[in-house]
Amino acid sequence: MAGAVNLLAQTHPISSALSLVVVMASLAVEYLLLGAEFVAAVQVIVYAGAVMVLFVFVIMLLNAGVEERTKGSHVAIVLGVPGVLAGGLLIAWTLLKRSESGMVTLGSLHGDPKTIAGFLFHEFLLPFEVTSILVLIAIMGAVVLANRPDPQSPPPEKES
Amino acid sequence: MVPVSYYLVLSGILFTCGVIGFLIKRNIITIFMSIELMLNGVNLSFVAFAAHWQKFSGQVFVFFVMVVAAAEAAVGLAIIIAVFRTRETLNVDQVNLLKL
Repeated sequence: MAGAVNLLAQTHPISSALSLVVVMASLAVEYLLLGAEFVAAVQVIVYAGAVMVLFVFVIMLLNAGVEERTKGSHVAIVLGVPGVLAGGLLIAWTLLKRSESGMVTLGSLHGDPKTIAGFLFHEFLLPFEVTSILVLIAIMGAVVLANRPDPQSPPPEKES
Repeated sequence: MVPVSYYLVLSGILFTCGVIGFLIKRNIITIFMSIELMLNGVNLSFVAFAAHWQKFSGQVFVFFVMVVAAAEAAVGLAIIIAVFRTRETLNVDQVNLLKL
């Protein structure tokens, strides 16, 4: 159901940002069906909200036009496309053949915020703190990179 | 009742689309979006396995993956802006130095 939407959105148009938004939204629906409600909410907020706004903002800011395509080598078309198809079919066949390994009951596991928070702050406390340091470093790096002061121009322009 | 392999196949398809986009695209921003697509495919398999084994650890890991993806997107887009200021292009074929 949502997989069809995913596949249709994955034809990579020039404005691939919008198709990526569609993919994010359908993935959020998948998470909701799998019973991960909080993950679905965070997916919508973080990805479809923040990250995609950032992408669209940069696309608008940098005035990104239509990209020029190279033709691609002949060997890549002759060997690559059948290779990818064969590999994908092999993996899919293997996974589907061994599907007796498990069935997922929809909505049997409820990842509500309370349970997730309990796991996040008890068993995964150290990774959580490390992640906070990572985010801090990322913020500082982004500010330093985007706000590059020029020695010739004393007032640095504020961006990002 | 949905077999867990369906989710794995879908996640593999997403990851493969990300890899293909990463390889054939020439725009830096599109390449970053392909990376996000790969991370999303991995997230889907995390959640599917969490529902399969009835454990919440997979769902917690998805958060860490999301945080890493957000940080990577922020830093990467800052790098893109810095590169665009000096190079005036977004084509990766014409960017051969990170030096400003």
